Order: sequence, then C-alpha cells, then structure tokens
Amino acid sequence: MDKPINNAAWFLILPAFLIVLFNAVIPLMTVVNYSVQDTFGNNQFFWNGLGWYQELLDPSSELGGRFFASLGRSAMFSAIILAIEVPLGIMVAMCMPRRGIALALSLVFIAMPLLIPWNVVGTMWQLYARSDIGLFGWTLNAIGIPFNYTNDTLAAWTVLVVMDMWHWTGLIALLCFAGLKSIPDAYYQAARIDGASRWAVFARIELPKLSHVLLIGVLLRFMDSFMIYTEPFVVTGGGPGNATTFLSIDLVKIALGQFDLGKAGAMSIVYTLIVLAVCWVFYTVMVTGQNKGGRG
Amino acid sequence: MARIDLVDLAHSYLSQPPDATHYALKPMTMHWRQGGAYALLGPSGCGKTTLLNIISGLVVPSQGQVLFDGRDVTRLPTEARNIAQVFQFPVIYDTMSVRQNLAFPLQNRGVPAAEIEARVKEIAELLDLGNALDRRARGLTADAKQKISLGRGLVRADVAAILFDEPLTVIDPALKWELRSKLKALHRRLDLTMIYVTHDQTEALTFADTVVVMHDGAIVQTGRPNELFDRPEHTFVGHFIGSPGMNVLPARVEGRTAEVGGVAVELARAYPAQPAGRRIEIGIRPEYARLTASGGLPVRVERIDDVGRIRFARVRLGAASLSVVAPRGVPVEGDRALLALDAHQIHVYADSRRLEGAA
Repeated sequence: MDKPINNAAWFLILPAFLIVLFNAVIPLMTVVNYSVQDTFGNNQFFWNGLGWYQELLDPSSELGGRFFASLGRSAMFSAIILAIEVPLGIMVAMCMPRRGIALALSLVFIAMPLLIPWNVVGTMWQLYARSDIGLFGWTLNAIGIPFNYTNDTLAAWTVLVVMDMWHWTGLIALLCFAGLKSIPDAYYQAARIDGASRWAVFARIELPKLSHVLLIGVLLRFMDSFMIYTEPFVVTGGGPGNATTFLSIDLVKIALGQFDLGKAGAMSIVYTLIVLAVCWVFYTVMVTGQNKGGRG
Repeated sequence: MARIDLVDLAHSYLSQPPDATHYALKPMTMHWRQGGAYALLGPSGCGKTTLLNIISGLVVPSQGQVLFDGRDVTRLPTEARNIAQVFQFPVIYDTMSVRQNLAFPLQNRGVPAAEIEARVKEIAELLDLGNALDRRARGLTADAKQKISLGRGLVRADVAAILFDEPLTVIDPALKWELRSKLKALHRRLDLTMIYVTHDQTEALTFADTVVVMHDGAIVQTGRPNELFDRPEHTFVGHFIGSPGMNVLPARVEGRTAEVGGVAVELARAYPAQPAGRRIEIGIRPEYARLTASGGLPVRVERIDDVGRIRFARVRLGAASLSVVAPRGVPVEGDRALLALDAHQIHVYADSRRLEGAA
C-alpha cells in the first residue's frame, strides 16, 4: 500500500519531542557535561576528560573503593528483597480468597501500603523501629533481643528489609493474584484427573502461567530497590557508619554534600548504565520467551 | 472396563435448595453400558456439564449414587476413578514437550519408566502425534492440543471411560469432521465407554450410538439417532433435534381425529380421551408434511425458504402455523396450496409427553 509522505507531519510529534528534550535529554546531557569536567566553585570548569570514570572504576582509588562498596550494598539489598518478596508474594497470592467480600477486603489491605508516600513510609518505620519509643524496637528489647538500628548494622539492615517487604510485597501479590485468576478451572480439573500432586500443579501449571507477570514484578522490584533513596535516607541516613549507604545515597552525598559535581556526574552515568543494562536483559528474556511460545 | 450406573442421582449447587426448580440436575436413574458411545445433548444450562462432572468426580452430587461396575464411587476423588476427561478448551502443560505431557499422568501414578515410554509411543502413534513427540506442546495448533488432552487420558491403561465436554468448540470447522471421525475410530478400536457432551445436534447424532437428550436438568429421552428423529418422546426433543424442528401445535384429540386450528386432521392411531386440564398437542416433523399437487388440506403459504438441497415453507393451517417441505414443482397459486400430512408420523403429546395410541 502506498502511504502519502508529508513532512509537515513532523510538527505533530514536536510537543512530545520538546517534553522529552526538557525532562530527559537536556538534564542527562548536563550530567554528561559535568562528568568530564572539574570545578572549584564560581562556575569555573576545567576539562578532565575520562579522568573521573577511570578513578570511579578503579577499586584501589578512594572514589572507586567507595563506589564499589555502595554498589555492593545496593546489589545485596536488591538481591535480599527479591529473594524474600517474590516467593512471599506468590504465597500470599495463593492464600488469598478467590471471591466475595473477603477478597475485596484483602485487596484493600494488600494495596494500602502501596499508596503511602515513600518518605511517610520511612518516617513510620523510623519511629516504629526505635528502641526507646517504637513498638517494634521496644518490644524486641523487652523480650531480650538487643535491637538498636542506630549503632548495629544487622539491625539497620533488618529494618530496611522488613520495611521494604511491608511496602512492596503487596505489589507482587497483586500481580500474581491477577495471573492466578486468569488460569481456567479446567487446568486444575485436568491436573486432578492426571493425578498431579499439589507441587506438580504449582510447578507445571501455576508457575508457567505466572512467569510473565513475575518477570514484570521482578523487573519493577529490582529497579525500585536498586534505586531506593527516600526510605533509607529517612530511617538510617545511610548509617550506622556507611552500613546502609546505597548507591543513591552515596551519590547525593558526593553531589550535594561534597559538591563534587564531576565525580557525581560520572557516578550517575555509570549508575544509569547499570540500570539500563539490567532492564535490557530482562526485556530480552521476556521477548524471547514470548516468541518461543509462539513458534513452539 | 466399566459399566456406569447413576442411581437416583440429583444435584443442586445450593446446600439447602428450597424446591425442585433449584436443582441443576433433577433426580434420575441411568445406565451407561461398557463400550458405548454416548452423546449428552442439550442447550446451554440444561445440566449436562454438571452430570459429566459428577461422573468424573469433580462435583459431588447432593443425593444418589454413582456406581462403576457396581462399586460405589460417589465420594471417591476424581484421581481415584478410572476415567479421563477432555475439556472444551485444550488443557496442556505449557512448559513440557508432547512426550512429557503424555507421560505426566503415568509418572504421577508411579509407573516404571520403560512402561511409560512404550505406552506414550503407542498412544502417540494412535493419535498421529508420533513425529511431534519432542516438540513443545505450547506452540501446537488447537486440534493437536486437543489430541494431547485426549492422549493423556488414553495413555492410562486402566481408563474405562472418557468424558468429553464440548471438545470441538475451538477447532476449525474443516478439522472438526476429521477429529470426530478419529474419535469414532478410536472408540471402535479401544472398547472404551465414551460420553460426549455437546449442544450441537450434528456432533451428537454423528458421534454417538446412543444420544441422551437433556432439558432443564432432566433426561427427556435416550435413544438411537433415528429414534430421536422419528419418535420424540418429549416435545422438547422434537424442537431441539431437526432443523427446522418439529411442528408442535395445540390440538383437541378425539379417537382418530385431531382438531388443529379449527381443521380436522386424520390420525393413524386412536387415542383415549384425556382428563380435562392436560395440555394436548400434536407434533409433526416438517419432513413428513409436504405441499402436494392434489388431495391435501388447503393452507395459506406465508413464506418459502430455499436452503439449497430442499425448500421449506411456512404455512397456515386454519389458525395454526407450521413449517413444511415445499417440493420443487408443486404449484402454489397466489398464496394457496395443498398440504399432505403423513398420518403415521403425527404424534400426540399430553403435557409435553408422547402418548402411545392404540392401533
């Protein structure tokens, strides 16, 4: 079919183009610009080429050591919460009532934490986990488990992980619930006739049918947890010491605390590239998985 | 191998049904002989799937018993019964190959690997799936998937009955015939009881040697296809089977005469007088009522539908309206024509049930 060619049509995408330009391309290019320069204030910049990048990616330098340490903490945090939230979310979804008022109520309860703003969540848990006036921290101490997240690394990580579970497991549960609901009854009936065990039903029917929603869920949870900032900033401020200083927190410290715009710029770009690379891998896995399904 | 008996069976989805209208399945007693090819035919919501699920054990009936070879299995779970079921939409295990799909029911029952291998091969050959064994089941066409569903039933050596719940719904029309003939061939070869649920009379009449017609939760007639056609025991069977269905006309019957819409019609048999208050109707299939050149009842023709092989006319006989065959070449003057009824094919119904007249 012949399509008419009219170059005036370019004007139709101009608004979208301008929006993307001002909220993504220009800010990103500004960061790229910072990352190749050094400044001592007064808006005076000196060309530094790839210097910051070399320093950042060299673990023996001060900046590189710091970067890899926070990168490790971020990766560890994402790994822990994915390992907990995904299985837990699936379990919650399987235990949810299938219909009626009980379903409506559990949907509301599960969705509630998702609606609370990040800094409010942080403040809630900051108070809740305090050992002097917080119900959670006070109770633990009262039953004889020493718990103080302001000076104990394990306690600080526990608070952040439990807080993230509370905040986001519901997302995985809701996604999985929708996935489970879409499985026709006939599958379960056929499995019964085939004599399948409960485990076989899960592994052979439910998990394959959930694989698409789970991939999306894992991707969302990975990005969110890998870029988490507000909650640890509010609860621990990155401490004790640097124990919960994730990449995002370290980045803000360098950029706004020390005002090292060049180092922070280089770190931002590498950080962004890591997130992009992981998302690309996920996307590829998802798309090839679907294509395989189509071709058999 | 099993003969299936349903004894005084009834089911309601409510735990305390207030009256008979709340029963999805009204009390019934029914015998399915070993090796029969049955069709359960009826419109949507008539209870045929409920009946099927009770036989397979997916639903426990509110009352009555299900016997397999005289053994009470009413409360036995479905995996403990030697039946298989094929569903409306093909059910396959997505992540497994065709071979693994077929082996799955045997693995779950702890059959030795060598035996599984041999059995899977045999069934795959039977279903023409032999060269697709190592493909992933998920990418196959709907008819191949439906064959896999069937294969998972056949592969079990102990299976005595296979239940089909409208299995051809999602199959291309061109492949429906093929798959249905395959089923018939399998039935002849394997000596299995097959029960086939459908709302499509063509599927039922071509597949089954015994058709069970259900209406409103009850079995209204059981018989061979030609019996259902020539001697419908219930006006519903007359309506439901045949296209167009049987003409059912309110009438007054006395002895060998019926008065229909103010016109007297001769009957082949004599019928005793019926108590007052019963609804009396006569039924005649369009195929046995035809327009004729001479010697019939005068009727007014309202419409003629040419369906290709045959023409049907909608005519008025007095006040009654019915469908009849309009053979090509029979004169219709204006809207006037003559109608000949085959007296031997006129049935008399009292409250929808057929009356047996006296010769």
